[in-house]
Amino acid sequence: MAGYYHQEDLAHFPDVGKNAPELWRKFSEWYAAVFAEGALSEREKSLIALAVAHAVQCPYCIDAYTQACLEKGSNPEQMTEALHVASAIRGGASLVHGVQMRNAAAKVSL
Amino acid sequence: MSLVSIQHPLASSAEQIRVLDASARVRKPFARALADSELFPLRATGIRVFQINVGKLCNQTCLHCHVDAGPDRSEIMTRETAELCIEALSGTRIPVVDITGGAPELNPNFRWLVERARGLGRHVMDRCNLTVLLLPSQSGLAEFLARNEVEVICSLPYFLGEQTDAQRGAGVFERSIQALRKLNALGYGRAGAGLRLNLVYNPVGAFLPPSQAAAEADFKRELGRRYGIEFNSLYTITNMPISRFLEFLLRSGNYERYMEKLANSYNPVAAVGVMCRDTLSVGWDGVLYDCDFNQMLDIPVAGGAHIRDFRPDLLSRRLIVTGEHCYGCTAGGGSSCGGATA
Repeated sequence: MAGYYHQEDLAHFPDVGKNAPELWRKFSEWYAAVFAEGALSEREKSLIALAVAHAVQCPYCIDAYTQACLEKGSNPEQMTEALHVASAIRGGASLVHGVQMRNAAAKVSL
Repeated sequence: MSLVSIQHPLASSAEQIRVLDASARVRKPFARALADSELFPLRATGIRVFQINVGKLCNQTCLHCHVDAGPDRSEIMTRETAELCIEALSGTRIPVVDITGGAPELNPNFRWLVERARGLGRHVMDRCNLTVLLLPSQSGLAEFLARNEVEVICSLPYFLGEQTDAQRGAGVFERSIQALRKLNALGYGRAGAGLRLNLVYNPVGAFLPPSQAAAEADFKRELGRRYGIEFNSLYTITNMPISRFLEFLLRSGNYERYMEKLANSYNPVAAVGVMCRDTLSVGWDGVLYDCDFNQMLDIPVAGGAHIRDFRPDLLSRRLIVTGEHCYGCTAGGGSSCGGATA
């Protein structure tokens, strides 16, 4: 569906809170707390977010966290490795179901 | 190539201001942002830093350069103007002399200026592009800086070659590392040596710099681990949307987003600490400005003034002239020649 996502639409994300303001407030506060410096640095959290953004294939998140990673001092080498982590888990998650395939095949086989 | 040498429309400061002013019509003008934080009109608090831009000549042509400096630029401070600077300084107690360019060391009066300022007992800073230290014409320069206890502030946008060369030119990173090793060997950046070596980070693109403390920790770890290089502090500086960086923003379609980001990231605390409030900037021709950015936009101090008519009593409480580009100094953690301000 060409043109379904528009970069400028991200600015309208808060509109989602219009019909459930209290839930939006809670989400916003929690979201900000999640990305604050803690046991992990803001830079590390942005790299995790970038990897997850690719795993869930959210174009807004990919845009936002590419920018965030650069602004936290990460470089394309580190960002690419983060994507490989996400991709490895996605690929591995498929492949590990080969165990289920083997179990099912074994059950019906002589 | 400089914008001037290719006769680009943005080589004109009037054209840059026209572009910047147009963006003020679609977002809060900078003056109103200042007013909302009760800082308008912005006034100087004194003169702590006497910044001398000795010219636009440089051995590099960096893509983000707000001076549009390069080997083809011929604007350079004469001995006569340099003498006026020293004369002006001598009648004050301004503690810091900050020498910039271009590559300031390429001005034939650079060493004279450093020695005279040091002779007046002032702390002297040299804004150095690093590679200039390796030029055959500049032999003994690093030793000269060390002998005069000049604080060296060096541009190094990243601890990897790819990013550094993308901004500053092919091969610059490798030569910068050589120059940093040379400075370290002289004691610069070494604990207890008393020779301060600071690095400057500029984002390699249309985004804001990271937290200064976090970036400094990353640079110290990576430059130490990869190259055995030590330094004192890292200053993060936001790319100012003027001159070559403005040209990049417009050409790459990033201009509106970048300006929006700067404006949306306006930080009143950073605005309180903007460098123009305690800095006076002298142009290569002796004209006085509130900062080096205003200098490049040909916006002199209010009412106009020249170093030959230096009035520190008036200048130290002058009204600062601001424009839309000033959002570059007030975004996020703030930005100045001394790094973050908030």
